[in-house]
Amino acid sequence: MIPEIGHFALIIALCLALILALVPAWGAWRGNSVAMALAPSLAIGLLVFVGISFICLTTAFLQDDFSVKLVASHSNSLLPSIYKFAAVWGNHEGSLLLWALILALWTAAVALFSSQLPLLVLSRVLSVMGGISVGFLSFSLITSNPFARLLPAAPADGSDLNPLLQDPGLIIHPPLLYMGYVGFSVAFAFAIAALLGGRLDASWARWSRPWTNIAWAFLSLGIMLGSWWAYYELGWGGWWFWDPVENASFMPWLAGTALIHSLAATEKRGLFKSWTVLLAIFTFSLSLLGTFLVRSGVLTSVHAFATDPARGMFILVFLAIVVGGSLTLYAFRAPAVSSRVSFGWVSRESLLLCNNVVFLVATLTVLFGTLFPLIVDALGLGKVSVGPPYFNAVFVPLMALLVPLMGLGPVSRWKRDAVERWRGELAIPAVVAVLCGITLPLLHAPYNIWVALAVLLSSWLVLGLARDLWQRLRSASSAGQGLARLTPGYCGMLIAHLGFAACVVGIVATSQYSVEHDLKMSPGDSRVLAGYEFRFVEVVQVRGPNFVADEARFEVTRDGVPVASMGPQKRRYLASGSVMTEAAIDAGLFRDLYVAMGEPVGSSGAWAMRLHFKPLVRWMWLGAILMALGAFTAALDKRYRRQREVIHSSGEAVLRGA
Amino acid sequence: MRLLRQLLLAGLVLVAGRTMALIETYEFSTPELEARYQQLSEELRCPKCQNQNIADSNAPIAQDLRKLLHQQLEQGATDAEILDYMVARYGEFVRYRPRFGGANLVLWLAPVLLLCAAMVVLIITLRSRPKSAATTTTVLSAEEQSRLQSLLERAEQDS
Amino acid sequence: MGPRLKLFLPLILFALLAITLFRGLGLDPNEMPSALIDRPLPAFNLPALGQTGMVSAADVTGQPALLNVWATWCVSCRVEHPYLKQLAQQGIPIFGLNYKDDDLAAQRWLEELGDPYRFNIADREGTLGLDLGVYGAPETYLLDATGVVRYRHAGVVDEKVWQTILEPLYLALSKGNGVP
Repeated sequence: MIPEIGHFALIIALCLALILALVPAWGAWRGNSVAMALAPSLAIGLLVFVGISFICLTTAFLQDDFSVKLVASHSNSLLPSIYKFAAVWGNHEGSLLLWALILALWTAAVALFSSQLPLLVLSRVLSVMGGISVGFLSFSLITSNPFARLLPAAPADGSDLNPLLQDPGLIIHPPLLYMGYVGFSVAFAFAIAALLGGRLDASWARWSRPWTNIAWAFLSLGIMLGSWWAYYELGWGGWWFWDPVENASFMPWLAGTALIHSLAATEKRGLFKSWTVLLAIFTFSLSLLGTFLVRSGVLTSVHAFATDPARGMFILVFLAIVVGGSLTLYAFRAPAVSSRVSFGWVSRESLLLCNNVVFLVATLTVLFGTLFPLIVDALGLGKVSVGPPYFNAVFVPLMALLVPLMGLGPVSRWKRDAVERWRGELAIPAVVAVLCGITLPLLHAPYNIWVALAVLLSSWLVLGLARDLWQRLRSASSAGQGLARLTPGYCGMLIAHLGFAACVVGIVATSQYSVEHDLKMSPGDSRVLAGYEFRFVEVVQVRGPNFVADEARFEVTRDGVPVASMGPQKRRYLASGSVMTEAAIDAGLFRDLYVAMGEPVGSSGAWAMRLHFKPLVRWMWLGAILMALGAFTAALDKRYRRQREVIHSSGEAVLRGA
Repeated sequence: MRLLRQLLLAGLVLVAGRTMALIETYEFSTPELEARYQQLSEELRCPKCQNQNIADSNAPIAQDLRKLLHQQLEQGATDAEILDYMVARYGEFVRYRPRFGGANLVLWLAPVLLLCAAMVVLIITLRSRPKSAATTTTVLSAEEQSRLQSLLERAEQDS
Repeated sequence: MGPRLKLFLPLILFALLAITLFRGLGLDPNEMPSALIDRPLPAFNLPALGQTGMVSAADVTGQPALLNVWATWCVSCRVEHPYLKQLAQQGIPIFGLNYKDDDLAAQRWLEELGDPYRFNIADREGTLGLDLGVYGAPETYLLDATGVVRYRHAGVVDEKVWQTILEPLYLALSKGNGVP
């Protein structure tokens, strides 16, 4: 009964989405305020019914209802409850329902938190989001119904969730990722609303900035979690593979970064209006493209869902309508003449433009690299593979190009600045950065030039920020005024850029300084790796809720001082029989120690072991968390929330005049 | 050095004992060979797997290719020779770093070309900006000056 | 190019992308053509299953033939086997490559299920398989009369595969006296 309720709720949600997509938009076109005013309530209704549907599916999983096909293929009675809950989105149909739920969530949020928005704009924005919901809900209902039943032959038990997914990572990674992906639809909707309304001014940028920052923050967290999850779950110590599905999440992030910076320029100076609108469309298109790549089967990936070209066709048509439609609208409605606002060669605007350029080129490079095998195959030129060696070779120099500019950005002035002033402000930070680059890597032998470069660039960033912060506080007339100058917007920028610097150092240090060895070890053996002694004590049998395992006990010491006890496992899951390696990680702020079990070697109890030493690897993920924190902080800036009364009245004037 | 000798000894015992064991650990005569092994095994794609290199995959063919890689390295083949050997049997598909030539030139040159194109567009855009408004040299009254000052401070707070 | 026309560029680029993706939906990214197409069979000198003496590439030339890669540990090979027997009965020459298998187990398998092969190459270490670019079983190679590889099918050969892909090629090779 419950799955049927869920199914029915989904159908109602589709109807509501359809009405939301059409009626308020028509109202905005015709100036019919009754039609427009329907939008917020429709949005909330949409959320309610998608929510009901999602709850029904979750209930089916939690209650082990194996007559539902999805539950039978992806769950099992022995599965711990928390993973039964997460299994809801550990598959194509369920994750699509999650997408739809999160989209409804964002739509309702925009409806609820936009009291300062003119109804004309709000109705258009919600209509666009409703339209996107129509696409996803119909995709779900027509091709990927999560409530399909296996009656009359319901199996006694399910096939179990893929053991790789039975991990806390599954609980948070997809939801966070989708919050990011879907969140960019808000910026997209605002851009479309602006194009439809013909009012492409700074206000649309101001309205969409907090939403875009929050979406970007969630996406950063989602990607970071994916990387961390792969690191500890897959057993090889890798944290990024440039896999098509990973790229599918990275591309919206790159474009989104360009977008949040471009929005700043549009909001502050009314600049780059066409650019920013195009970026907003581009970023969300990449989200949709990501959905296509992951679910259609055109690209091979370890992460891809069970694929089906029929589903791929549906998404492609949807993509064509949404992206093609929005780009057509852009071509007809975007201002053909660039804005009359001017700025100097040396100014913050210039730097932001460079930022846009670098991130855009980076996004297009990743896109091209990901699609290249497909393009070559489609042209009949054979089969090629594009992997980490290529992406690392082209992406890293681009980022290296970016960081010097990042150091100048926060210090620079709008409209017109001077190189002499930059020299004055940043000479000391530059010198100190060079010194850091030369000296700090000496702490870890052998000296590595890439690490030196990374430390130099990151120090440049950090010192530049510190210098700017000190300037602000110093030139304030009082402590109170100084602190008041540290608006959430400014603090957010500070924290996020700091996070980026930490990321750079973490990534380069761990890539260059990691030591890994695959060794055969027997109980009693001891090996030294990067100054740490790993002693293999014994192997014991352990039993988990739904698996049995061989656990190897390791004692790690450094210069005789005990550092850690580690217990990697080789698990065999009872329901599916699959064997999995569970790595043991001793996490630290400055280094990770990593032990994974391979295969047993011979019959004397020896095992193949993989031992890793990974310095500064956590900095990468901590950096990402800081970036997200920064973006959340920036979104809290009160200028997005004030002047309700003023805009309300001007909004009504617009309404009457429209 | 002691570690190396230990490893070599372990290797001898291993080889003597079994012929077809799932040996995941390989012993190398020099650390450079091991480093090349690690690098090459990350550059070669497992022909059968869902986008994994041969280092990370447990498929039988990946194991065979790792063994082959080890053999070839110990026999003194250069990186280029090993890659050519693999490509001759499995096609370009098996290389994660696309060969620099033919259709792949587009791939390798794309980032550089894109960057250049973007810079050109950038320069054209910056050049065609309208000149800033003629500088006005009106003098502000004291009251206007202080109002200007407070407005500037408020604007700075916002940025 | 007028300023308005410039704004159509993103749309045009997207259209190109969409067409590529559409094309991509019809392709299989996992399908890998053999690197040895139109190249001769690699040289080898391996024992034949259940016979004394060695076989080499010369022993599989003379007429267009199928070279089937199989093993007792391969479940799909068992599925494919009856159809191979059917083809053999029709007079199609099929040679077997027993890939990384145990001789005794293979012979017992053939006794139990029937033997469609002219003879079997016992590739215990998989060396010929490696030279051929074999990455799994079953695989079937179509050779012409001079021993040049003309096609490789990865996966089970059943009626549909034979009739749509392999048979036309085989007939073309036979008509041209084995050399296209």
